[in-house]
Amino acid sequence: MAKTKKKMPGLNTTSTADISFMLLIFFLVTTMGLARRLPKPPEPDQEDATMDIKARNILYVRLNAAGQLWIQDEMNFGYADIRELRPRVKEFIKNEQNLSKLPEKHVKNIDLLGQCFVTDKHVVSVQTDRGTPYNIYFQVQNELVAAYNELRNELAKQKFGREFQYLKDEEKAAVRQYYPQNISEAEPKKYGGDK
Amino acid sequence: MPEMNTSSLPDLIFTILFFFMMVTTMREVTLKVKFTIPAGTELEKLEKKSVVSFIYVGPPTDNLRAQMGSSTRIQLNDRYAEAREVMDFIAAERQGMTNQAEQVISIKADQQTQMGYITDIKEVLRKSWALRINYSATKRN
Repeated sequence: MAKTKKKMPGLNTTSTADISFMLLIFFLVTTMGLARRLPKPPEPDQEDATMDIKARNILYVRLNAAGQLWIQDEMNFGYADIRELRPRVKEFIKNEQNLSKLPEKHVKNIDLLGQCFVTDKHVVSVQTDRGTPYNIYFQVQNELVAAYNELRNELAKQKFGREFQYLKDEEKAAVRQYYPQNISEAEPKKYGGDK
Repeated sequence: MPEMNTSSLPDLIFTILFFFMMVTTMREVTLKVKFTIPAGTELEKLEKKSVVSFIYVGPPTDNLRAQMGSSTRIQLNDRYAEAREVMDFIAAERQGMTNQAEQVISIKADQQTQMGYITDIKEVLRKSWALRINYSATKRN
């Protein structure tokens, strides 16, 4: 008599996949942020290396305690809006017309790219005041990284026909050599009241 | 056409889920500072959570304000700390890591924080050779 047991209908599990997907996505949520690299700690016997950089190779980006932005290179200087920063930095790093007041260019042999005219001696010097709001500083860093990313993307498209993020590792390395990120952060000034 | 048999799909997804649950380290710190992190466009994901240590910077949370005041504080693990204590914190965080060279410090700081605090932290990070940092932010367009 047990042989004639009714077959139980299976539990409808169609939505289990969706539920577990949601759980999965919950655990996959990643933290995001602007990645930067700090310079190595100074050696005790190290001389001040910034002394022998030519004036034309430096772009000063200064932020005062009120959060105002000052951009200065050999071409031009003055207070500026944050929206002007990205084009100024790009113009400075590229130095398309090889102007004498923008960073010097010299021939460099890069794998995959051959002989290139690069401004790899340029330095973007960011100086902050102790009172500068963090958000302003962050936005400036964001713009600087954006400027480099745009330049690298332009070069990647021109040379390899793809955006930088889709390049192979050795192609990325070549583009990085063409546009190295030289952002220097000086000790902040101590003036302007307590911290 | 017969429908594809998807009855094993939940099992597959569950397996992946368990995998991620195991590799993710849940933050068990209770926040003692409150902060609104800035928004940026050029962000990168923090891939390996196991090598990331967080430093929180901001004013004390509302319920602690009465005792602690409202000036900016640095939080390491579960307590308030001074910038110079970051060095010990880094060393302690490194203890359990197998690949210490990949250590990333993520700074979660309030937008209004004065740069002096951030710079102090950065100086100490430099001295402790924790050079890979990440300014935590949300995505904007």
